[in-house]
Order: sequence, then structure tokens, then C-alpha cells
Amino acid sequence: MIESESKKDKEIENKKNTIKRNFKNLSNIEIKRLYSPKDVETFDYNKDLGEPGQFPFTRGVYDNMYRGRFWTMRQFAGFGTAKQTNERFKFLIAHGQTGLSVAFHFPTLYGYESSDEKSLGEIGKVGVAIDTLDDMEVLFDGIDLSKISTSMTINGPASILLAMYIVVGEKKGLKPEQLRGTIQNDILKEYIAQKSWIFPPEPSMRLIVDTIEYCSKNVPQWYTISISGYHIREAGSTAVQELAFTLADGFAYVEEAIKRGLNIDDFAHRLSFFFNAHNNFFEEIAKYRAARRIWAKKLKNKYGAKKPESMRLRFHTQTAGVSLTAQESENNIVRVTLQALAGVLGGTQSLHTNSYDEALCLPTEKSVRIALRTQQIIANESGIADTVDPLAGSYYLEWLTNKMEEEAEIYFKKIEDLGGVIPAIKKNFFQREIANASYKYQKEVDNKERIVVAVNKFQPKSCRNPEILRIDEKVSENQIKNLEKIKRTRNNKVVENALKKLKKAAKGTENLMPYIIDAVKEYASIGEIITVLKEIFGIYVEESIF
Amino acid sequence: MSKERKIKVIVAKPGLDGHDRGAKVIARGLRDAGMEVIYTGIHQTPDDVLNSIIQEDPDAVLLSILSGAHNALCSKIMEKLRENNIDDVLVAVGGIIPDEDKKFLEEQGLKGFHGPGTNIKTIVDFVKSNLKRKFRI
Repeated sequence: MIESESKKDKEIENKKNTIKRNFKNLSNIEIKRLYSPKDVETFDYNKDLGEPGQFPFTRGVYDNMYRGRFWTMRQFAGFGTAKQTNERFKFLIAHGQTGLSVAFHFPTLYGYESSDEKSLGEIGKVGVAIDTLDDMEVLFDGIDLSKISTSMTINGPASILLAMYIVVGEKKGLKPEQLRGTIQNDILKEYIAQKSWIFPPEPSMRLIVDTIEYCSKNVPQWYTISISGYHIREAGSTAVQELAFTLADGFAYVEEAIKRGLNIDDFAHRLSFFFNAHNNFFEEIAKYRAARRIWAKKLKNKYGAKKPESMRLRFHTQTAGVSLTAQESENNIVRVTLQALAGVLGGTQSLHTNSYDEALCLPTEKSVRIALRTQQIIANESGIADTVDPLAGSYYLEWLTNKMEEEAEIYFKKIEDLGGVIPAIKKNFFQREIANASYKYQKEVDNKERIVVAVNKFQPKSCRNPEILRIDEKVSENQIKNLEKIKRTRNNKVVENALKKLKKAAKGTENLMPYIIDAVKEYASIGEIITVLKEIFGIYVEESIF
Repeated sequence: MSKERKIKVIVAKPGLDGHDRGAKVIARGLRDAGMEVIYTGIHQTPDDVLNSIIQEDPDAVLLSILSGAHNALCSKIMEKLRENNIDDVLVAVGGIIPDEDKKFLEEQGLKGFHGPGTNIKTIVDFVKSNLKRKFRI
């Protein structure tokens, strides 16, 4: 039967003179001419989809989805000094943004002080420069943290930034239990793809479980990890790899927390996810739906979760930075719209839409406003958010959702055979898979098997770049001066003592969060805290493959 | 001095920028084009880059920076090369380099400035035609 079908396809294609082009999606799955009930023969509504808000959550984690409330519109922002970024936050809030998302500069991500030699040229460039609590106080000045949730893209020093946030909240008169937000805190994908690691995997996992444990008792509305596929995808993986590697990381965190003696139903509902929204529309939607179903089934069947809350995969989406072109950058507005639409149709809980100029610089006020407006137009004008999971039941989409799940399961098996995620990282398994996929993709673009408009087809004769955002070199000078001032005016004896206590605790097995909070309260810098922890934990060194 | 050996290239990522997708693709593309390629990995300080050059004696060094730290890092690297009298190596930088910065970087002796959307062949041709040492290609 399959043979006669493909024969029929051939006949139609010949007759209609189908353009010979690539019909493989970005995971290299061959897409057929037509999908029909035969492609989803075993389809069982209750088992495979279920009602929205019910196991296995394929249709969405809430019964009412966007009819109750739209996704959180959360633009990732940060540049220059805390003051400049605070102004950008206020600009975004004034334009209707409903959540904050902080981008830190590289020295903060790696736990170096701005004055460190390694910070040369990097101050305030890809994100905001944060050295001490003082910068965090400025960053959130005049913003009511009881009304808005804050996501922080921070991994190695995640516990330190969380500690600072808690203290900033305290200074504003808020109790930790009133604070809502997320720390990315996903170190596994750093080794796999994003590269902002500090310590080796084992102590890093300890710090992560420390935050999970601490928050489950003290900051109950906090999402303790944002298990991220975004960076894996940006580094060059396929959609299937993004799905599989991210969920595998998720399982690794669950297993680590269970090992600590935590009860799955006490922490699983505070784990969240972060996925990419790339170009292939249906592939992305299928990816999100498959992710929810896989997570729910594994949490229930493998890890013994009892509460439905624990089985719900909630996720943030960011449109694909890597898909943005420097050529005719305005076209990116259209790419972002399509990608954002996939995120919404896939049931995302929050969304960042990239700005059109991000292949050239950090977004300007103009470009980020258009990006935010894109979400607002989808939400308020298109009618797409009026009904839950409108694409369910499509033969193609359900087939593709099943296919993504099957392919992910093959990867789970491979990772298990390698001994789990950390051993697989040490064997460069993920790194090699991603490098191979990104190289293959580049070759396809170079050979025009994949078309990127205005890059390898329809190229403009000349192309004018838009006005770009530049970071003033004075930012660096000011940041270093301010750090020096803080160090002069704080009580250095108390700081020293707090760091000593932290070091002692790091040698043992105690939860480090209270010690870190004590240190940041006294204006110990992130660099100082990380330096102390490095002395105990050591540093991670990557074997560079290509 | 014509040579019948492979062109030797170092691909390096100076600074704290971890975005290494482009660097890796280019490293592999140059290797597939028949060059000998050494990839230093990320987080290279200017001294690390200098030491790699002294140790490996490459014909070309390709720096990849997407974080905006290119002006500070590249001028530091070039300063170190001048101090060590290294003047026969092609040094290029690519990644996200705004047009306004190209003149400054050129004055420092850097070339290239290839950005997003560049294909592998363009880089291969660029390296071959900008080497300072003479090759029979």
C-alpha cells in the first residue's frame, strides 16, 4: 500500500511538474505530499492528547489557556549599566510588557569582576554589568517586584543572582514568598552548547539542587531552573535534538534532586523549560506538543509523580536569533512573526520576540518596540488565542508530533547507553552531534538546498544597515569606578567573614544559599564569591572540538 | 619562498564570548578545503592567541567575536604581534563587526570583517587571496 501511495505521489508530482526542492524539515524528516487518517491510525484522543490541562497535556498545560490570560510578554533585555537597563525595563513596561527578563554581560555570566583582566572589552556589551547588590538595586529601582515576575538568564552564578534578588526584594519590603520569577540555572546545556560554565559538572549540580531545595522551602513561587533547549538549537542542533537533549537534561536534574532526598512532587512543578521557535512552522509546534507529552509521561511513569502539577511542562519561547539575517534586516520582522505564531500555537507560557536588528547589534528602542508589538498584535488582533490548541487533530501535525516523540526516544536511549547526560557531555556526544548538524545545515545553505531570502536567493544589490545601538566605552570605566567605590565603603571585615563562612560550607555538604545571601547582603561581589567557590570546586575546562 | 605544504590556519575565539557555532563551521570548512586548521576553543586572552601563534606558526589567524569586544581585544592582539615582530601572518576578524568599526580595525592591521550569512567558500577564497606568505596554490 505504501508503495502504491508513493507511486501515486510520484505521478502527481510528475504531472504537476513539482518543483524539485528540499521537502525535509529542519530535523531532516522527509515530509510527504499529503497526510491522511492512515498516518495516525493508532491515534487515541484521550491517550495521545487528552483535554487541555489534563494528562498528558499535549494540548496545553491549562484548560483555558489564553482565554484566561495571554502568555507573558517578556523581552530579554540588558546592556550597559544597571541604570541604562533599568530605563529599558521601564520603557518596555510602559509599552505593555508583562514580565522582565535580564540579560547579563559576559563577566557576570562567568563570575569575573568588571575590573578583571578577562573582562576587557566585554563590560556592558551583551548584557547589563552587575558586580554587586548595589547594581541590582539600581536595576530594579522603581519597579514593583510584587507585581511583575523576573527571569534571569544566569547559570554558573545563578544562586548568587537569586540571592541578590531576594535581598533587593527584602529592601523593598517584600518577603521571599512574594517574589515570582525564574533563574535559568541550567548548567548542563552550558557544557552542551552555550558555554557559560564555571565549575565542573558535579559541584555545579550541587549548587543547582541547593537552589531547588532552598526555593521549595523559602521562595515557593520561584522557578528554580529553566531547562533550556534554546541555546542548544542556536548552537546548531536540529529540532529533534533540541527536544531530546533538553528533556534529557530535565530528567538529569530530576534524578539529582531525588538523589538528594527531595520528593518529586515538592519540586517538579517549579522546573520550567525554554525552547527555541525556529523557521519550520509545523515542526516547531509539533516539538512543543511532543515535549509536553514526553515530560508528563516520564514524570508520571518513570519518576512516580502523583500531582498533575508536577507533570506539566511549562515553557518560555524565544524566536530563533540564528535565523535573523544581517541582509535586509527588516525582513526579520516577518520571520519573527511566523516563529512567534508557532510558539503561541504550541502553547507557550511566555514569549520573547527578537528584534529585527539583532544580527547586527543589541536592539534599539525602535526595534524592540516592533518586536513587542508583534506579540501584542498576535494576541489581540489575530484571534489565534481564542481557542485552545486549534491545530489538534490535523493529520500532519499529529503525525509529526508522534514522529518527534519517537525520534527523541531514540536519543534518550543513546544517552542512557553512554551512562547519562554528564558522561555523554564528557564524551563530547552532544557537542559532536550539534557540530555535525550545524555544519550540514551550513552546507545546505551554501549549496542552495535551503533558501534564506536575501542571503542565498533574491540577494539585494546593495543593502543599508539600520541605525544600531552602540555601548559607550565609558560604561566600562564607570562600572569599574563604582565597584571600587563599593569596596571602599562597605564593611570589609564583615565581607571577609561571610566569604570565609561560605568557603567552609562549600567544603561540606550544607545548602550554600543562606551563606551566599549573607555575603551579597554585605556587598560581596559576584567575582569574590565565585573566586571563593572556585578554590573549593575547581574550574571546568572544555575539550574544543569542531 | 614558495611552499608545497598545506595552508595552516588558527581559528580562535578571544574574550568571553561563547558563541562558537560560526567559528566551528568555518574551521571545518577550511579543513575540508584542504587547509590545516587548529581551533583554539573559546575564552582566549590576547596572550593565549599570541602564544598559539608563536607555537604553531600559522599562515593565517581568524578571530571570531560576536560580543562587541572586538575593538579592545583585536587591538590588544595586534599590539602583541607587533611587539613580537610577527608581521607575516594574515590576521582577520569576523562575527558581528559594525561597519563603523572597520576602519579602526583596518588601521590596526586586521582584515576580513565577515558577518552573518557569509558562506564557507567566501572565507576559503578570502584566506587564499590574502595570505602574506607566498604559496603555490
